[in-house]
This record gives sequence, C-alpha cells and structure tokens, in this order.
Amino acid sequence: MSDTAQTGPAFDAGIPPLDIGGYTLANRLIMGTGGITDLAALERALITSGTTLTTVAMRRFSPDTKTSVFSMLERLGIDILPNTAGCYTVKDTVLTAELAREALETNLIKVEVIADEHTLLPDVIETLEATEQLADRGFIPLVYTSDDPAVARRLEQVGAAAVMPLGAPIGTGLGILNPHNIELIASRASVPVVLDAGIGAASEAALAMELGCEAVLVASAVTRAQNPSAMAHAVKAAVEAGWHSRHAGRIPRREHALASSPMEGIIDPVEDLT
Amino acid sequence: MPTVHINDDQVAFAEGATVVDAVAHTTGRQLSADGTPADGGRLGVAVALAGSVIPRSRWAATELSEGVELEIVTAVQGG
Repeated sequence: MSDTAQTGPAFDAGIPPLDIGGYTLANRLIMGTGGITDLAALERALITSGTTLTTVAMRRFSPDTKTSVFSMLERLGIDILPNTAGCYTVKDTVLTAELAREALETNLIKVEVIADEHTLLPDVIETLEATEQLADRGFIPLVYTSDDPAVARRLEQVGAAAVMPLGAPIGTGLGILNPHNIELIASRASVPVVLDAGIGAASEAALAMELGCEAVLVASAVTRAQNPSAMAHAVKAAVEAGWHSRHAGRIPRREHALASSPMEGIIDPVEDLT
Repeated sequence: MPTVHINDDQVAFAEGATVVDAVAHTTGRQLSADGTPADGGRLGVAVALAGSVIPRSRWAATELSEGVELEIVTAVQGG
C-alpha cells in the first residue's frame, strides 16, 4: 500500500461545497468508521465514497490503537470529525470534546449525548445544554438529535453549526421514518441540516437530500454492508442524485393522472364489430 | 517513585517524571520535551487529569505525583 495520500473519486463538480460554521465541507457525504473490523476494507470504502470528512470516537489509548484509524485518515487526507459517542451527560460530553480538540487539533465536534444504551436515542435536554457550552468554548458543534423540528430550532439558537436529525435509530437501517419532519426541519433551518443515522440503502440517502438535507452522514449502511466499497459507491451516487433532484424542481404531486401525450388528433375509435 | 493510575493501569515513575513521560510510556513513542513525537508526525493523543484536559503545552511542566489519575485518550473507529 502506498504511503502517499490517496484521493477518492471526485464529487460532482456541479455541487457546491457546504459551509458549516466556517468549516468548508468539500462534498456532501460524511462517513463513519465504526462497525467494521477489516481496516483495509474500511480504507477502500472511504476512498470509494469520496468523503472529505469522517467521524471517529475518543477512547482510552490501548496498544491495539497503534495502527489507528487516526493515522489512516491522516494518510488519506480526510478531515476528522470526532464524536462524543458514549456520553450521557453534559459534563462528560464537554470533557470528551475538549480531549478531542486537544488530541486531533480540530474545533469540529459531533455532539452525541444518548439517553440509554438500548435505543441510543439522543437525550435532547442534555444535548441542548452541551451544545450551548461547546459553542461558547469555540467549538463548531454538529449536533446529533431527534427528528423533532422544535428541538432542531432550539439547537440552532444555542449555537449548533449543523443540526443532524436521525432518520431512524443508530444502526437500524430503517431509513427515514418521518420524512415530513425531516423536510420541516430542513425548510426552517438557517444552518445546514445533515441526515444522521438510520440509512440502510442508497435510495434513503437520495431521499434525505431531496427532503432538503444539505449532507448525509453514513456509517453502518456502508461499513456493515456485505460489500462496503460497493455500497459506498452507491451512497455517493445517491447523495449526488438527491442533490440534483432537489435543485431541479420536482413536479407537484397530483390526485389524478395528467397525460404527457397530446389529446388532440387522436384517431377515431375503431367500431366494435363483434 | 510516584505510582500513577493511567487508564486501567498503575505505573511507577521516577521522581520528577512529568506527563510527557506518562504519554511516552503509554503510547510507546519517543517524545520531545514539547510532547510531539520525536520521529515527526502527529500523536493524536490527549490527557485528562482529574477531569480536566492538560494541554500538550503544559505536559512537560506537570510533574506526576503519587496516586494521580490520568486518562490518555486517542481516536478510535466510531460512527
């Protein structure tokens, strides 16, 4: 394997980069790195996805971490988005974020405060408080949250640089359970909305973009797919297709059919001779 | 000879040892006095002492005392 930085397939040049609190996201697919033990397969999937920003978790150093995902991402030239996965309280979240900033030299932080280990659903009360504190400390918080439009607005007000509602619980692959809410969040937000969690297949990433999300975060859908690289390729294409579809201006939904062939000049009906 | 808790381990250090020595011990990397790897590159490690981050700029000035609890963390795979 080469030691030089490898760049994946370029994202569609027609899709502009996204500003997230002063950070420029070069393309619209953020990747996760959990859920896969084969690091070489992970590396191939990340390259295929074309991603420029990828999440990591912060944990105690152990001898196994010597061949770490950190050095892989550095080698690939992919920016690192540390998360606060495993945190249940504001205090733990802020400390984890501070450790991540110190270790990885980035102000980006994926704020993830969960309520319990069974649902992994976000504790939005703790999340709101943690977001406010982290924004005050100069972080760029990208905030994992529920698909509640009222909570999304509150997060924005306290300093979220991006709001990241779940499509479905983490790792379920159930897709986007409440598309109406995701669309409502995206239509009212003045910060980027990133669909986070729940995606199982590429079509759901396209749907997220069509609903107005500015980017998509995908982990398990790729890392736990039977062929991670093939799914990374599909999700990348879906994010691009979804962005274009969103901006192309879709037709309104109708109750009844609307012919696309002219009704004039139709030949006379043939008389039924039977 | 202060004995220090590092993550799940207890480690004895020589008198006058600092956080730089603790990080070098745990990571197995040779470190310069400023806490950066002697062989170049980035370390990707942070240290907390009693619930507060110790910035790398203060590692060399922070002596290890008996019984202190250090958390030394790094990036791992995660969504």
